[in-house]
Amino acid sequence: MPQSLLNAVDISKSFAGVHALKNVSLEIKPGEIHCLAGENGCGKSTLIKIISGVYQMDSGYIEFNGKKFTKITPSEAIALGIQVIYQDFAVFPNLTVMENLAINTELAANRKFVNWKRMRRIAEDAVAKIGFKVDLDALVGSLSVAEKQMVAISRALMSDAKLIIMDEPTTALTKKEVKALFEIILKLKEQGIAILFVSHKLNEVFEISERFTIFRSGELVVTGSTKELDDRKFTYYMTGREFENRVFVPEKLTEKPILELEHLGLKGYFEDINLSVRGGEILGITGLLDSGRTELGLAMFGLKRTDSGKIKMHGKDVTLSSPRDAIGAGIGYVPEDRLSEGLFLPQSIGDNIVVSELDKLRGGMGTYDIAKADEEKQLWVKELGVKTLDHKNAASTLSGGNQQKVVLAKWMAVNPDVLILNGPTVGVDIGSKHDIHAILQKQAKDGMAVIIISDDLPEILQNCSRILVIKEGRFVAEMSAEEASEDAILEKMM
Amino acid sequence: MSKTLKKLTRKSEFYTFLIIVVLAIAIEIASGQFFTANNFVDILNAMIVPGLFAIAEFMVLVSGGIEVSFPAAASLTVYATTKLLLDKGYEGGIFLPLIMVIVIGAVLGAFNGFLIGYMNLTPMIVTLGASSVFKGIMQGALNSKQLAVIPAGMKKFGVDALFVSTNPVSGLTSKMPMTFIVFVVALILAYILLNYTFFGRAIYAIGGNPQSARCAGYKVERTKFLIYVISGAIAGIGGLCRVCVMQQCHPTNMLGMEMNVIAGVVLGGTAITGGSGSLAGCFLGTLLIVMVENSMIMLGIPTTWKNVFTGALIVIGVGISALQVKRAEKAAELARQEKA
Repeated sequence: MPQSLLNAVDISKSFAGVHALKNVSLEIKPGEIHCLAGENGCGKSTLIKIISGVYQMDSGYIEFNGKKFTKITPSEAIALGIQVIYQDFAVFPNLTVMENLAINTELAANRKFVNWKRMRRIAEDAVAKIGFKVDLDALVGSLSVAEKQMVAISRALMSDAKLIIMDEPTTALTKKEVKALFEIILKLKEQGIAILFVSHKLNEVFEISERFTIFRSGELVVTGSTKELDDRKFTYYMTGREFENRVFVPEKLTEKPILELEHLGLKGYFEDINLSVRGGEILGITGLLDSGRTELGLAMFGLKRTDSGKIKMHGKDVTLSSPRDAIGAGIGYVPEDRLSEGLFLPQSIGDNIVVSELDKLRGGMGTYDIAKADEEKQLWVKELGVKTLDHKNAASTLSGGNQQKVVLAKWMAVNPDVLILNGPTVGVDIGSKHDIHAILQKQAKDGMAVIIISDDLPEILQNCSRILVIKEGRFVAEMSAEEASEDAILEKMM
Repeated sequence: MSKTLKKLTRKSEFYTFLIIVVLAIAIEIASGQFFTANNFVDILNAMIVPGLFAIAEFMVLVSGGIEVSFPAAASLTVYATTKLLLDKGYEGGIFLPLIMVIVIGAVLGAFNGFLIGYMNLTPMIVTLGASSVFKGIMQGALNSKQLAVIPAGMKKFGVDALFVSTNPVSGLTSKMPMTFIVFVVALILAYILLNYTFFGRAIYAIGGNPQSARCAGYKVERTKFLIYVISGAIAGIGGLCRVCVMQQCHPTNMLGMEMNVIAGVVLGGTAITGGSGSLAGCFLGTLLIVMVENSMIMLGIPTTWKNVFTGALIVIGVGISALQVKRAEKAAELARQEKA
């Protein structure tokens, strides 16, 4: 066995009396791909920040390349060869690729004056290392997410990195881009660079890593070889709970469809879309990122005007020219990006829940009935198991999974006939994901028509009784839960 | 279209320049007096003080901040300087007053810089408040009245001409004051600072993403602090130039200039949200505002309409740049889709 590259031993850290990490250890061998997993708030980000010198540990020590440290600063960490690629990549959208690439090296050398020729040389070297083809004079803001990530990786490689830590690197990438990223990671491994891959996505952990470590609530749960890990164990280690992956079976469907689309079309996005959903079923719509799936979702909620076809609710034609129309017709929509479209982050959890049903909370003389609103808020926080001490806390204080529960609570409170969810569990931890699926299944059993738009195939397969595959703006397949499988869907999708 | 021309049309500076050319031609047709040497001298002369202020505002805007206290800072600085020198019976040259305004201006700027950089307060609120504080100190503590006489050194600096230009037709003469040198030197120094020092690049970096700037190793707090210190010093210099040329120190003369200065900088393509813009654009935008202000008379439009025109120009200018941003985003998305 090779000697370890990084050995973090018995690390503890608390913030204002709260233990974020309790005596955790992590060992990384030279040139290995190691996956660090855990739910939100499990302490994995804290550990990364300690290793990279952003936080100081309270107790414990770090051994890197045989040298022992009890205190480390960010510049020391970089000098040792530790590089972190954060989720937002820490790039400058307003500057050129060249400047983004060269800046760290130049600042590390403590230069005061700019030499643009030298900057260009540095940048050229940087992209050459991973064969990344990009216009060095383009502004980083004009690049795609995947390209921005490549900029961040190229930049990390500049300073003779021995360990690259990637914090949830696949969150905003398409399937194709994830594949390209994994190729790069393997290339880095060949060069003897160790990778610490932080993720809570099961399939990625299996695909890329050789060894894994899982944290839960600031404690080390398990570390070992990925070969010995399976689906059930992984979920158990992450959450400490056993889940039955209950496949949804619809019980009683309404006789007549609730929502029907007839030959619906929107130039450039989708055309000739026909579907009908009945109360009590969960319909899945899946497709690639630019297949038109998102636009279809938006159109069903009045956020995009269609230019052909009909939308019917309970057999009657409706025109949806705004979300207000859609809500009036009994349609609810959980958007793709809950942070910017689904929530008022700085406002309280409770206010976020009742925002769509303010009309119902009218007291005498058209005033706002605060007592009634309070009841509603408490009811839904409890009902959906939102983890918070007080519903008066800002929505931004919640983890991704709990934020999504708040978005759901908002719609449960309105109780629409049809609920459309676009990527309901993107960026949500496993525990909350199960909770959310259970909520949706319960709603369907109570008679709601649910439509899940997602490219998370296990999610679709587990929850949907009927699956439609959209490709280039058209439905190319309809499958029942029994005949569907990941491979069958992928084949139609691609 | 050739490649350089294509590249040029993508820059907002190019459009500002086009508007300037169109306006110049319009004025020339209406008055026949635009393309004369003395008119150029007049316009450049009128640009000196707003131009200095614009350089300061430009740096602040690029860093993602905004500064509305510079007219008050400039007034207070130059008023305090003039009064102190008069009381002491100062007889020397321009050198000492120049040092004094730089120091006092920098101190006032440090007040903003400390609150914005180190205490992380909102620039708009801080500088609005500072503006009141500075005005209050000037009117209360210093009991400001118009100073009809200024020290001899400042007076001489204001009267001396760098060169004089005579209009061959009308016989009117226009002289370029020495303060023009100050403006040109400030422009050159700002250009070097912004493009060839890592302090200057830090200004852009912070305007783009302060968090990333910190990760990259820039000292964000200190950089912000220094930006406002520099801005204060430049404001002081601008104030001094104004007083020297006017030959008297009027405490409220410069107040209210902030809107037009910000407008000029934004018209030149500087993003009001920070991170992007060029000094050339800042110069052109300011030139455009000054031209509009100065040329109303030549077009035979009553000067009372000046504000309407500058206001309209700002809306149009900002509107165009907003449209451009949208177009650029769309183009980027299209390019991405094609690639995928």
